[in-house]
Amino acid sequence: MEKTWNNKAWFMVLPVLVLVAFSAVIPLMTVVNYSVQDTFGNNEFFWAGTDWFLDVLESDRFWDALTRNLIFSAIILAIEIPLGIVIALNMPKKGIGVPICLVLMALPLLIPWNVVGTIWQVFGRVDIGLLGRTLASLGINYNYVQNPLDAWVTLIIMDVWHWTSLVVLLCYAGLVSIPDAYYQAAKIDGASRWSVFRYIQLPKMKRVLLIAFLLRFMDSFMIYTEPFVVTGGGPGNSTTFLSIDLVKMAIGQFDLGPAAALSIIYFLIILLLSWIFYTVMTTSDAQG
Amino acid sequence: MDFSWMAWTLPTALFFLTIALMLVGMGVWEYFSPGGNPRVGILRFETTRGDRLFVSLLGSAFIHLAWLGLVGANLWWALALSVIYAIAVFRYV
Repeated sequence: MEKTWNNKAWFMVLPVLVLVAFSAVIPLMTVVNYSVQDTFGNNEFFWAGTDWFLDVLESDRFWDALTRNLIFSAIILAIEIPLGIVIALNMPKKGIGVPICLVLMALPLLIPWNVVGTIWQVFGRVDIGLLGRTLASLGINYNYVQNPLDAWVTLIIMDVWHWTSLVVLLCYAGLVSIPDAYYQAAKIDGASRWSVFRYIQLPKMKRVLLIAFLLRFMDSFMIYTEPFVVTGGGPGNSTTFLSIDLVKMAIGQFDLGPAAALSIIYFLIILLLSWIFYTVMTTSDAQG
Repeated sequence: MDFSWMAWTLPTALFFLTIALMLVGMGVWEYFSPGGNPRVGILRFETTRGDRLFVSLLGSAFIHLAWLGLVGANLWWALALSVIYAIAVFRYV
């Protein structure tokens, strides 16, 4: 069948363009305008040039928060992606177990971020929380309010609990789309379990893994609500990620100029890293 | 319509106008030469001219930030470097 080329079809994307303009482009323009000015309220602004960008780039506070973000995202990806693949591989492919597993997997994803934070905040408390009290009764000195390492472990376990399901569901969708003929051919060839995974399942999951990887990277890099509720960025600044620092700066201190400059740098870093991941993974996909 | 809440300044307005003109220019280019001119450059993966503009703009932003952090607040040299970088991206990537 011959394709019809009609440029009027571009008008169909106009509503999306208008929506994106209102929800993203105009706010972004406003942030850029704020980043080069100073204000004391009352809608009065004073030109500051690149001063706020310089302030942010020269502050240890920014680099420390960025380092925390990168470490957090790296740990999250290193745990959630392999764990998600393993769980998806072991989920039933037919029978009553399928809907049960899918519902169980979807449950953490349905809980709002602030509720997840509250659940884990209470769960980890040494005085009333099940986890905190159990660990204390086992003689383990765990206290996420005072110990930075415990705070990090709590946040990582919380994120793994909340978001591994997303990776599982995406991988599972990739796995069930593999025709039985592939497995039958592998069986005839006497392929090992590892070979089936390496040469059939993993290539078929590549596209969904790319989506999972990007979503989890962007989400973990922009994480705000859960650590804010559980640790509030503490103890000290040990769990103060860029987003938490940004809110402290913009709303807590009302430093709109530096906060806008930090937002733009933060946005550019996410854009760059997401582009690199996307390009590397789609290029290897095309070559492989 | 009152846009004073957006805190516009002449430099930021010119900045966004330049970006908008670039996008319009890309649209006109695409109209006269459809298909995006895909090719494999020095980065060893396929890019269209839209990709090359994205890489140019993103790279230019980081060139300006790096210049600001490492050299100083006079960004004209960073702008010149960005133009050279963008030409190189469109020529070789």
